[in-house]
Amino acid sequence: MNTTAFTKISIVIFAALILLPFQDFVYDLFMMKVFCFAIFAASVNLLLGYAGLLSFGHAAFFGTASYVTAHVMKEWGVTPELGLVIGVICSTALGYVFGSLAIRRQGIYFAMITLALAQVIYFVATQVPFTNGEDGIQGVPRGDFLGLIDLSASSNMYWFSLGVFALAFFLVMRVVRSPFGQVLKSIRENEPRAISLGYNVDRYKLMAFTISAGLAGLGGGLKSLVLQLASLTDVYWQMSGEAVLMTILGGIGTLWGPVIGAAVIINLQNYLANLGGWSTIATGAIFVICVLAFRRGIVGEIAHRLKIQL
Amino acid sequence: MFELLGIAPQALVAQLLIGLINGSFYALLSLGLAVIFGLLNVINFTHGALYMLGAMFTWIGLTQFGGWIGMPELEVPYLVALFVVPLIVGAFSIVIEKTMLKRLYHLDHLYGLLLTFGLALVIEGLFRHWYGALGNSYPVPDMLRGGLRVDKLFLPYYRLWVVGLALLACFATWYFIEKTKLGSLLRAGTENPRLLQALGVNVPLIITLTYGAGCALAAFAGVLAAPIYQVTATMGSELIIVVFAVVVIGGMGSIAGSIITGLSLGVIEGLTKVFYPEASSVSIFVIMIIVLLLKPAGLFGKVR
Repeated sequence: MNTTAFTKISIVIFAALILLPFQDFVYDLFMMKVFCFAIFAASVNLLLGYAGLLSFGHAAFFGTASYVTAHVMKEWGVTPELGLVIGVICSTALGYVFGSLAIRRQGIYFAMITLALAQVIYFVATQVPFTNGEDGIQGVPRGDFLGLIDLSASSNMYWFSLGVFALAFFLVMRVVRSPFGQVLKSIRENEPRAISLGYNVDRYKLMAFTISAGLAGLGGGLKSLVLQLASLTDVYWQMSGEAVLMTILGGIGTLWGPVIGAAVIINLQNYLANLGGWSTIATGAIFVICVLAFRRGIVGEIAHRLKIQL
Repeated sequence: MFELLGIAPQALVAQLLIGLINGSFYALLSLGLAVIFGLLNVINFTHGALYMLGAMFTWIGLTQFGGWIGMPELEVPYLVALFVVPLIVGAFSIVIEKTMLKRLYHLDHLYGLLLTFGLALVIEGLFRHWYGALGNSYPVPDMLRGGLRVDKLFLPYYRLWVVGLALLACFATWYFIEKTKLGSLLRAGTENPRLLQALGVNVPLIITLTYGAGCALAAFAGVLAAPIYQVTATMGSELIIVVFAVVVIGGMGSIAGSIITGLSLGVIEGLTKVFYPEASSVSIFVIMIIVLLLKPAGLFGKVR
């Protein structure tokens, strides 16, 4: 495995991200949004790319954490890092419950079950009072990081979200390259063989699902801090679809794929935001094109051409 | 007895009928999904969008189509739509199968799901762009207006018609697959497509026709739904998720199983609306969770 190329490229990208605030042609909020969705897409990729499990219900975790973080920030006035932690704890717990149900069936059923379970969370979100129904939780305060650094300043928030993103990125890298990650890959390649080698496949899948749900929650919580809003869109099934799309477009089973995918899709949505239905149409069309003709994705294709791992 | 529970029998029967109607749609859609999955190994996410197309084309036929061809007073009647719209949608889906789905059969099943998900978004997005997000109502056809009055109960003819026709379509599909020569080829294709092809049967053709027929069933449900629900671009996407839950509950192994599961879940959902309205939108999902806990393979599923 050629890790040096990966390390070099990663260092270059992170260096660029650190230097980014010192010029002015990239919109701050845009980059912060990309970080949130990159974490979200990375959580889907962890399941799909490394364990071969397609979850169509990750919006449940993203949205739950988004609501919980927004709520505790606004009503309890906790510090942002604590708000994120509480959001992640909730989505992780939810992930454990959903995971233990969904792993009872395989393949295509797994995708359908996660989708249906996520829809339950959507209905709950429309019913319970603390989500404020259609309005959502608006004007979420960003608070002071560690009680010291005021995050309402855009530049401070940029560093904070870059930090969270870097943390998530390295977490995924650690998981994927650990012995645990290797077992996940073996389950993806050949589940019966993994079972016959004595691995408790269900436990590995559940573990991966729970980690992934927590990660999706981290993205969701960060999103509610960045945009200062938690709404029904966050828990809607289309949100799950978007995360899957970012993963496929960027490259399934590559570490940088979901990040690039998120950047492209968020950019596209910015351009199409004022054109009503076109955003949905474009999303769908990219799905079709990727599945039919571009299954390796952007980063996957580059990695394949250059014969490196990204 | 119902008076004791504080529920009027009228409300109960009305909700039962609505439940039966929803159940008929669940049955028609999950039946199509099951047949397609059996042969193509693809979960057809576009099913909801095609159901929407069925309703949308019916509405367009009544209100817009005449204007397009320069005859503003022309209205495509309901009964014509009932036959023509499923054919159009079936033909459209055959094009999808021939041009796109066909390329994915050698890959993981998940790609089929992802492709059809993308297509569903495109179709839904286009119609939302053209006709907006608001609902359009389609009038109940003249001959089916009014209703049956039994004691204090009022049963609209149209709703009875929908249940009757949907059951007929389900039965016809079951009969076709289980009892006819062509149906036996279809079942053989589900069991072992390679062997069937070796016996000189044109399996790709059977696959294409099956996909078209399954999709036409969805459009048929859409035509039936047009006078009952508001016709909107998003009417299919909410339904398809419920139908997925129905499919998980029933398992896709058996045709009769899909029909029974669909109908009974519709009824249960209707009853929940009477006894505990807050939970009605999640009742099917809750049943799905219980089934997953007790019988993970689904009620009619085979353990694989």
